Amino acid sequence: MPEKERVGEVIEASTTAFTAQCYELYEIPPLGSLVKTGDSSAQLYAIVYNAATTSLEPGRRPIARGKDETSEEAIYSSSPQLTKLLRSEFGAVVVGHKEGDKLYHHLPPQPARIHSFVYQCTPAEVMEFGQSFGFLNILLNANLPVPAEELVSASLRQMSRAHKDPRAFLVAAGKELAILLSGNLNQLNAILGRLNPLS
Amino acid sequence: MTQDKSLQKLGIVVSGSLGKGVEVKLDSSTSIEDMAVGRFVTIEGTKRRFFGMISEVSLGMTDQKLSLTPPDVADPFIAEVLAGTSTFGTLHVTPTLVIGGDADSLLEGPQPVKTVPSHFSVVNLASERDVELVFGAEDAKRFFIGNPLDMETKLCLDLEEFVKRSNGIFGKSGTGKTFLTRILLIGMLQKSQAVNLVFDMHNEYGWEGISEKGNKVKGLKQLFPSNVAVFTLDEENSRHRKVITDFAVKIGYDEIEPADISLLRQTLNLTEQATEAVYRLRQRFGKGWLGQTLEPRESEETRALLDELDIHESTFQNLRRGLSTIQRLPFIEPKPPTNAVKAILEHLDRGTNVVLEFGRYRDITAYILVANMLSRRIYAQYQQRMEQAMAEDTTKPTPLVITIEEAHKFLNPEVAGQTIFSTIAREMRKYNVTLLVIDQRPSGIDSEVMSQMGTKITCLLDNERDIDSVLAGVSGRNELKSVLAKLAAKRQALAFGHAVPMPVAFQPREYGSAQSYREFTGEGKAGTEKDLEKLWE
Repeated sequence: MPEKERVGEVIEASTTAFTAQCYELYEIPPLGSLVKTGDSSAQLYAIVYNAATTSLEPGRRPIARGKDETSEEAIYSSSPQLTKLLRSEFGAVVVGHKEGDKLYHHLPPQPARIHSFVYQCTPAEVMEFGQSFGFLNILLNANLPVPAEELVSASLRQMSRAHKDPRAFLVAAGKELAILLSGNLNQLNAILGRLNPLS
Repeated sequence: MTQDKSLQKLGIVVSGSLGKGVEVKLDSSTSIEDMAVGRFVTIEGTKRRFFGMISEVSLGMTDQKLSLTPPDVADPFIAEVLAGTSTFGTLHVTPTLVIGGDADSLLEGPQPVKTVPSHFSVVNLASERDVELVFGAEDAKRFFIGNPLDMETKLCLDLEEFVKRSNGIFGKSGTGKTFLTRILLIGMLQKSQAVNLVFDMHNEYGWEGISEKGNKVKGLKQLFPSNVAVFTLDEENSRHRKVITDFAVKIGYDEIEPADISLLRQTLNLTEQATEAVYRLRQRFGKGWLGQTLEPRESEETRALLDELDIHESTFQNLRRGLSTIQRLPFIEPKPPTNAVKAILEHLDRGTNVVLEFGRYRDITAYILVANMLSRRIYAQYQQRMEQAMAEDTTKPTPLVITIEEAHKFLNPEVAGQTIFSTIAREMRKYNVTLLVIDQRPSGIDSEVMSQMGTKITCLLDNERDIDSVLAGVSGRNELKSVLAKLAAKRQALAFGHAVPMPVAFQPREYGSAQSYREFTGEGKAGTEKDLEKLWE
């Protein structure tokens, strides 16, 4: 799958989520974007929920270097080793999988394998995945460090970009949310406020 | 999707009961503002198909907090998302008919409901085919009377069935009763075997009438000259209006019976004793009692007569005053040269419909007197003929429909027992005579008579008592009540009863334009080429 953008490699995996390390520093897929991993027979779809850039060695914190430099770029160009001493990682919550040609909007039987390549999904794949909103329920109920409303609205905004009529997509998703969150009006309002295509 | 537009999905059944009807949650794609009570819907159950009518429209929400802290609906996105999900419309539908899925029940046609559709059955707006399935298509006995509300479909009424019972047309003044009656009269003329005798109090049915907008509207005689005869009580007035009349009705003294007088007790301002005295006078003088009573006498002679009959002097004076009101009616003559009853019967026997115009004599005295008197004698003739026909097994007389206006004057509980009309309404079709009652105050009509009416067609009524009396004894009356109260003030009506398989709100077809006349005369058996040409002038 060379035409797809390879963004990283799985370094930690569980049934519900995995963590991947980016190949390039700061080249992290955006929050809420759909990524996939696995081979052609069984693929996992996941939504990026968190990202972090840290030092390679957990005990060693980076130090400030820019006092004598004129720009941020100059820091990196004068210390080229920095890109190798830092690393970017992102966490993705598993929202579905594909076996053969069939797409399922629920958790896969097996978690991702370590060192599996992680790809950014193409717009066509995003559209295919977005035909059903089953993943919203997983996102709303996942116990994640980011607030669910932020993640849900970010992922829907990301997906809507792949659609010809983003507004219609968002309205349909909003209706699904209204049903899922019928008992939680505040959360619904928070998400809808973040989804609004005009604001 | 290339879905048939006529099969528009509205929503799904979410709850309900047979007695109270079912609740339907509207789909988010359906705007609640497009719904209207009285519209006709179908419910696709798993095994059966139900037909019903929308009887209530309401708003619902999943979370009561929404009503306390309404969302920002100025934002179209939020409004669109919430519509149909958190906030939604519900319909109350009363299923009235059901059609089974198998071939046998399809042949049987729609049956009354005995159950409700299962949960989440799909509710569609009824299509043209559905309406045809229930009410039948236009054919030899079904007449196109209008369109169901908000539909283009032709709604047909089985007039063969219609004329088998007495029927009523109700509605406030100015709601289109007269137009509806004209349409039905044409329908009966074309599609049923029955002939009509219309007591046309306001001269609207036979010849030209005037619509509320002031346009002239053609009458039956103009549309169907060969099938309609216009009789008049007031030749001069008819001539004035350039009406081609067939017969001038004169009524002889000897044709007036004591029962006619008791019917007029209120309008003539007679006392109870005076009406009783009439019977004694009739006994004493026989058929010529009216002339005898009014004849001027010496006071001695009068006293002798009153003593003999045990009538009080003041009662007699009261009676004479009342009777002289009748005597003053110009169409009342001591010895008329013609026999109106005979002439009417001759026309009816030939299958000609008779419209009796009252000309200037629109006051209720003349109307009650004439209508009751003529109907009584015609009915007696029919009764006799029918009994004869049954005994000798010969052909029965042509079914007759008598059309009366201001029916509450004849059929109110006080006089209903004395008029022939309540007898006709009660005995129904036994003697091949039925009534078409037109009235604006149905609450004034005796409830026993009301309950005998086969089909009732009602335009807007807003008096609570009138609505109750029209709907008395009808199943699902609460639902119909909301439909009835919300009818438009003009050209909308609700039909229910014997001749319609289920209650239906409809808009009567157009009457009054050249095109409409062409449509009326172009169908059925009536109307010759020549008649038609004249109409298009």
